[in-house]
Amino acid sequence: MRVGSGRLYVAVAAGGFRRYATYRAATAAGVFTNTVFGLILVYTYLALWEENPQLGGYDQAQAVTFVWLGQALLAALAIGGGGFEDELMERIRTGDIAVDLYRPADLQLWWLAADLGRAVFQLLGRGVVPFAFGSLFFPVALPGEVSRWAAFLVAVVLAAAVSFALRYLVALSAFWLMDGMGVTQMAWLAGFFCSGMLLPLNVFPGALGEVVRMLPWSSLLQAPADVLLGEADALGTFVFQAAWAVALLAVGRLTQSAATRRVVVQGG
Amino acid sequence: MAETARVARERGRVAEGVRTYGLIATMWIRSTMAYRTSFALTTFGNFAATALDFVAILLMFSRVDALGGWSLGEVAFLYGVAGVSFGLADLAVGSMERLGRRVRDGTLDTLLVRPAPVLAQVAADRFALRRLGRVTQGVLVLVYALVLLDIDWTAAKLLLMPVMLLSGAGIFCAVFVAAAAFQFVAQDAAEVSNAFTYGGTTMLQYPPTVFALDLVRGVTFVVPLAFVNWLPAGYVLDRPFPLDLPEWVAFTSPLVAVACCALAGLAWRAGLLSYRSTGS
Repeated sequence: MRVGSGRLYVAVAAGGFRRYATYRAATAAGVFTNTVFGLILVYTYLALWEENPQLGGYDQAQAVTFVWLGQALLAALAIGGGGFEDELMERIRTGDIAVDLYRPADLQLWWLAADLGRAVFQLLGRGVVPFAFGSLFFPVALPGEVSRWAAFLVAVVLAAAVSFALRYLVALSAFWLMDGMGVTQMAWLAGFFCSGMLLPLNVFPGALGEVVRMLPWSSLLQAPADVLLGEADALGTFVFQAAWAVALLAVGRLTQSAATRRVVVQGG
Repeated sequence: MAETARVARERGRVAEGVRTYGLIATMWIRSTMAYRTSFALTTFGNFAATALDFVAILLMFSRVDALGGWSLGEVAFLYGVAGVSFGLADLAVGSMERLGRRVRDGTLDTLLVRPAPVLAQVAADRFALRRLGRVTQGVLVLVYALVLLDIDWTAAKLLLMPVMLLSGAGIFCAVFVAAAAFQFVAQDAAEVSNAFTYGGTTMLQYPPTVFALDLVRGVTFVVPLAFVNWLPAGYVLDRPFPLDLPEWVAFTSPLVAVACCALAGLAWRAGLLSYRSTGS
């Protein structure tokens, strides 16, 4: 990649950040809502771990930390959707995508940069406050070592890449299905259920637990959480996340070129 | 005399509102039915999306026998009642959460110039019959709970069942309307309403014994969601009442629902009066 194009994508990412930063009331509303949901979940988890201490290998403090991590990462990683994909789908549906394809920039990298900018803003703007609130008022299990926090941040960045790659595929489905609502909804369901947002994956019983842990969505919340909580080997987690990110981004590339050929055929 | 004329006028407005609502809702149902497959799929999606949090409860109970001292059947009962009540309210007025967008882009003005009550127009806007998926899911969980539980039925308990569901729907409707009224003030802050609507129903799916006392006080005396299911369900299931409340409060849900709706109506009126168009 040339230096010039590198600068372009940095600018696109900065644009993504700034764009979300303008919605101050929406951000405040999001912080409030994440905090309320965190509160409700924390009490149910406390009751759950009260009945069964050491459930899934976590103690109560770890379970509580998991809840607030989920609320902090929900918007940043767009686990329930709500990133760039709606807009890209709309552009595909209306045909505006043809304009994007003429730009001297790579379509996938362009949206990746914009989505990373968005993710960074959502993490700082929406994630930090609920997490700080939770850490202040509930017993949490946070590491003292800087290295563990650094490893956690790497896992979050890899999670953002996996999340983007998944949603890019969802968006590209609009080339074949004019109405993307069904796919978006299915992606939302899978994201919530298989990432640990609904319940930590280590609480899932038996084979179900093993299967969901192998799926890409476990990179989103379960993987960074286990790195922070010291429940998973950091390097092994990075390899798992990176493998999914590379595989899904590659599938996205192939799908993109298949879809673009289609646009050229439709061309008129 | 003046008082009766006022009452008659109010009654006329309510009738007009209901008629407006019916007409707009019918129009949206017809437009949805033009694409039957899409309707079936989105209704199923709605069903599946809400079923997921009950799956989470089932997964929890695969690892524990009770939650906050309540059994799976009892939690399912709470879940079912909250689900049906919330589902009915969401079906009736769930579209109101789009109000902020209408205020922002100025399309609310179109509704203001029409000779029909604005509240009815906003509530029926994009009426989504697919939301029956959520109601259906709640009904199924409620039936499952009734099968699991061995309830000692009395006339009072039987009577309380429909009363509880309808009052609960009324209380949730009031929350939706009040949240929409708030969007006149803070247009971008639509997500705050999610904390009370979706957050509220999530909280009610779990027993009150799970939550901190202050939180239980809040949803009893401030935003009276406890009257949707915790209190009436406590009577049906013979459970000790939260906050040592007397048993008769289980029967006050309809009154609470009416009071909530009246307050939400006032909030709506105040919000609408404060509305300034985008001016573009």
